[in-house]
Amino acid sequence: MQDLLYFSQQLINGLTIGSAYALIAIGYTMVYGIIGMINFAHGEIYMIGAYTALIAITGMTALGLAWLPLILLVALICAMIVSSSMGWAVERVAYRPVRGRHRLIPLISAIGMSIFLQNYVHLAQGSRNVGFPALIEGGFTFGSGEAFQMSLSYMQITIFITTLICMTVLSMFISRSRTGRACRAVSQDLGMASLLGIDTNRIISVTFVIGAALAAVAGLLLGMYYGSVDPLFGFIAGLKAFTAAVLGGIGSIPGAMLGGLILGVSESMTSSYLSGEYKDVVSFGLLILILLFKPTGLLGKPEVEKI
Amino acid sequence: MLEVQNLSMRFGGLLAVDQVSLDVQEQEIVSIIGPNGAGKTTVFNCMSGFYKPTGGKIIFKGKEIQGRPDYKISRLGMVRTFQHVRLFTRLSVVENLLVAQHRHLNTNMLAGLIGTRNYREREQRALDRAAYWLERVGLLELANRDAGNLAYGQQRRLEIARCMVTEPSLLMLDEPAAGLNPAETKELNQLIVSLKEAYNVSVVLIEHDMSLVMDISDRINVISQGCPLASGTPEEIRQNDDVIKAYLGEA
Repeated sequence: MQDLLYFSQQLINGLTIGSAYALIAIGYTMVYGIIGMINFAHGEIYMIGAYTALIAITGMTALGLAWLPLILLVALICAMIVSSSMGWAVERVAYRPVRGRHRLIPLISAIGMSIFLQNYVHLAQGSRNVGFPALIEGGFTFGSGEAFQMSLSYMQITIFITTLICMTVLSMFISRSRTGRACRAVSQDLGMASLLGIDTNRIISVTFVIGAALAAVAGLLLGMYYGSVDPLFGFIAGLKAFTAAVLGGIGSIPGAMLGGLILGVSESMTSSYLSGEYKDVVSFGLLILILLFKPTGLLGKPEVEKI
Repeated sequence: MLEVQNLSMRFGGLLAVDQVSLDVQEQEIVSIIGPNGAGKTTVFNCMSGFYKPTGGKIIFKGKEIQGRPDYKISRLGMVRTFQHVRLFTRLSVVENLLVAQHRHLNTNMLAGLIGTRNYREREQRALDRAAYWLERVGLLELANRDAGNLAYGQQRRLEIARCMVTEPSLLMLDEPAAGLNPAETKELNQLIVSLKEAYNVSVVLIEHDMSLVMDISDRINVISQGCPLASGTPEEIRQNDDVIKAYLGEA
């Protein structure tokens, strides 16, 4: 019983963090799916989302607002708007001018964008980490009377539910709407889509904006979950989400979801059964293994070169 | 409606197309034939905006279009297919036709999320048109299959349907019969002729299958090693000595 409770606790922790990774990973995978390029500034977009949410929350608390759902909703909307415009601007400034050049050029420009955004936040918000108020407190505990008690906090439930809603809306958008259909067409054959009169530049912008909006959601959620943010907040999370995207098969949206969950669970299992220091070793070890043995990822489709 | 004047295309030291001229009238099927490597597809690529020609003019509906980007040319009503099939293989058959109508649709995302009446009506119209063309090319019962799972001949027909839902006035087909068996070629033959007659479409055709070319073309242009060799009706081409030499070698 004791062991089972302990295991379930790790599973819950892992799924919580994993679903947030999945939200960020969507941004990597969608952009890659369309223009075949890794958006290395995506972690920073996520970090900016967390900061924006924090600023909005602090502002509203200072104004004396106390109704929690309203605070969360406004913070979420602010974060999504700022991150989305940032995602849009990043594409216009750093990627569109160099699109179609040698693959290394947009890569360098993406890394440059990432360094710029990180340091901009350093300057604007200071380099120390800032406390993020834990707005959602409390939770359920299971196994009273045992030495180990399993807890499921309201915060964790919020993370699950929000992620689930985002994923459902995204899947419906991609599979049902006209723009979603055009996104799928552009990701399969950009040249042909353009020839059929689809404005491919607009579709690419839409992809960046959607990815950034989801990253902002993750920023707010994980900011509250961890209780603090700093300008490097996006760096490790970005790397992890990128790993998740590759693990699940880059370019595949269900793959990003699956990859996020697997990565989250394996991290939490490693830190509890092995040691916290091995957490990153395991996640990046997984990345190396998947690249060696199944380079297309778990749900990725192999690129068929047509001659 | 289309006039190509002295078109030239040079890649570095190679003059792939040299002073080729041709014209297409309303409701006419014009073929471009020539031995392998003659530059037929290069002419197509210049016309559809894939390449920027290094010399000459292309006039479509009174506008000079040489060097314009491909999506602008296609919006003027000039669409093409490729030698190898380029469908969106992971989209369903009907989605391939809906995507092609994307620019005719209201793509306001907000309208899509709320599902406004205007949005749904247009979607319905697009769906109707897609269904009409699927029926026309005999693929209606396969509408929800992934396009990549169709047989090769069906993919070829879907590609033509995908061109037709955009309501073009000029259709450019690059070797549409390549890889088809004789029965399928015959079906294709009838389809192309019916497009011209029923939908007021002009067709420019690159083809190796001489039976297809001779049957349906109103006029034929022959090019060889990038240069224009002859042009005329199928009957004239059949009897042209230069053409026979180019195809069979000098005796």
